[in-house]
Amino acid sequence: MSGWAILGQAVLALVGGGIVGLLYRGLDRKIAARMQARLGPPLRQPFLDLGKLLAKETVIPKTAVAWVFSAMPFVAAIASFTALLYLPWGPFGPILEGHGDALLVLYLLAVPALAMALGGFASGSPLGVVGAQRELVMLVSYEFPLAVVLVALAWRLSTLGIAPAFSLGQMARYPLWGVVGPLGLIGLVVLLVSLLVVTPAELAKIPFDIPEAETEIAGGLFVEYSGTYLALFYLADAVRTVVMAGLVVALFVPYGIAQPLGLAGAAAQAVDLLFWLAKVFGVMAAAVTTVRVGMARLKVDQIARGFWWRVTAVALSGLLLLALDKVVSG
Amino acid sequence: MSARNPKDNDPVLPAVEERVVERELVGAEAALGETFAVPIGPIHPALKEPIRLTFRVRGERIVGVDIRTGFAHRGIEFMGMRQGRNLIQILYLAERICGICSVSHPIAFTQAVERAAGIEVPPRAQYIRVIISELERIHSHLLWAGVAAHELGFDTLLHLTWRVREKVLDVLEELSGNRIDYAIPIFGGVRRDIAPEQYPKVWEAIRYYRGLLEQLLDAFLRDPTVEARTRGVGVLEPKEAEELCAVGPTARASGLRKDVRQDRPYLAYPDFQVRAITPEDYGLTPVGDVYDKIVVRLLEVEQSLNIIEQALENMPEGEITSFPKIPALLAYLKKAEGEGLGWHEAPRGEVIHYVRLAAGEESLLVWKVKAPTYSNLLSWYPMFEDQEIADIPIIAASIDPCICCMDRVYLVRGGKEEVWPKEKLLKLSWEKTRRMQR
Repeated sequence: MSGWAILGQAVLALVGGGIVGLLYRGLDRKIAARMQARLGPPLRQPFLDLGKLLAKETVIPKTAVAWVFSAMPFVAAIASFTALLYLPWGPFGPILEGHGDALLVLYLLAVPALAMALGGFASGSPLGVVGAQRELVMLVSYEFPLAVVLVALAWRLSTLGIAPAFSLGQMARYPLWGVVGPLGLIGLVVLLVSLLVVTPAELAKIPFDIPEAETEIAGGLFVEYSGTYLALFYLADAVRTVVMAGLVVALFVPYGIAQPLGLAGAAAQAVDLLFWLAKVFGVMAAAVTTVRVGMARLKVDQIARGFWWRVTAVALSGLLLLALDKVVSG
Repeated sequence: MSARNPKDNDPVLPAVEERVVERELVGAEAALGETFAVPIGPIHPALKEPIRLTFRVRGERIVGVDIRTGFAHRGIEFMGMRQGRNLIQILYLAERICGICSVSHPIAFTQAVERAAGIEVPPRAQYIRVIISELERIHSHLLWAGVAAHELGFDTLLHLTWRVREKVLDVLEELSGNRIDYAIPIFGGVRRDIAPEQYPKVWEAIRYYRGLLEQLLDAFLRDPTVEARTRGVGVLEPKEAEELCAVGPTARASGLRKDVRQDRPYLAYPDFQVRAITPEDYGLTPVGDVYDKIVVRLLEVEQSLNIIEQALENMPEGEITSFPKIPALLAYLKKAEGEGLGWHEAPRGEVIHYVRLAAGEESLLVWKVKAPTYSNLLSWYPMFEDQEIADIPIIAASIDPCICCMDRVYLVRGGKEEVWPKEKLLKLSWEKTRRMQR
């Protein structure tokens, strides 16, 4: 593929990812509102919010470490958008396939969280500091189970002789559901469940929205952010939602519907892309929207304990089941 | 990790004394030896009204708290005591002390004036006052439950509870013409009768809430996340509740059977045999945590339904006021002399109004209001002790604070706040009493 083609695809992916992220944010808010017996904002509300934030004055507090404070929104946004380039988009493989694998996506997902924490520390507000501390505790809590899921899948893939096993594109191309035995199937379901639990934590949504916790620390990390900087964080969050849901889709449900429908060519690609968007939306609705509507916010110690003991145990048992399955069925 | 906190030396923020934590610090907490101040308020999303709580925290643990009021003192008592307002006009002021207990203050105030002036209230008027005040209790407790859910980050419960609350507001609008500020009590009776054709609406609302009660209890008390956030949080020991003179659901959640409707029955309340509700009535041992406060408030909704039901069934016939003509009432009140105390169990606890009338004066000589939050505010200190930052909003909300209703003047002289010690206050109160006796 020529450099120009890659560049064109990248621009499409970045712009498309941003639009899809904001659109899904609107859908998320609308569905949540319906579940709560409210009307909810119009679907275009996230776009309006973003536009308004961009038009507003950006204030840097006197007490902030100015350069860290101003750099972090950009770091968060760039990392989130870059992750889009390593994500399989339904029928299309990752745009930068071969230049980075699933582990890079993992890091790119962690960078915005770190950037937000640093921004919070640098803001010079006690509420920002508390939010930043909470973000870091969250990060060390959910990253381990997430890594376990990824490693388990990659290991099973490598036993099939598929290389490079850690490539997200390969993982999406060779789903494991049809390969493993009954024990392995249970193991995959267990891994999927733990990944779905990690998803709202990764995105800092209720019950895991403690770094922001509006009623407790008034927005925490973001308390001093305004204008363009807040808009960047907002955009990064929307894109991260797509990336995280896309990751779940790529790892567990990468199937298309064009082939069973007997389509080919451009039509097949279009249908599969739409189906992929629907799947991403489904993951978001299941793991983010319904969860945030149905639960109260947990406390930081409850989250840390829950992830370290329960979710990690669940993820590890999934890994164990996959390994056992390999031993039993050969 | 050294937390950058420029506000530590802020002249505006008060220095918060660190309370001695009696347990051993372990692990991360010991590493975070340094404490820093987290200001909550006067403006903060967790607070619906202005008050300043300055917390000293170590990591996420609270080691000290300082509570400052005085941001929204409206001087209502002063306005009532000024010349030129007659008692009916002051009744309007009393109605507007609190937007949520908007019938509790007038009930206490009219009782105080009635006692001072020796006015009898017809039985039917007493029943109507009871019905309106119990409807108000239902709306207030549901409002609180929604706010509590919001403080926990459970917005779905907030929206559903508030939707359920609309029904009682509809009934109040049907009976009084207003969703809040019902303008029902007047000296010597009530301003509006409950007509026979309005009964079915009230009955319908009672049936509606009876059907929903079990669902409400289920949503609040058997939700794992709500339980995780409220059990063992913000504990007020029974002994502390007694010592700090907590009132209303705050005291009852700690197991004190304390309720003015039970202890000093007034109006028509002796007819209903009101019994203070504690978590024991739900089969729980009272702990005094936030969970118990939810239990008490939800059970009180049921209690109010029972009272309204009985009141509707046994409603006496007759006059609704002993002074059908306002000029006659005003003329009578102008001649009246004496002092009176009125009390009422508002949804938040006991509210007390003290008045002193002078013959020939249209307005009040003395008016003193004690809103329930004034009694409950001190119970925040033990409740916040050794809790986490995440618990601040729900603990603050658990006493159902009405900050502006209880606010007091805050003296600032030459840019510095002035604190009056106990001795000075005592001396001032002696002087004032002497002045009043003259």
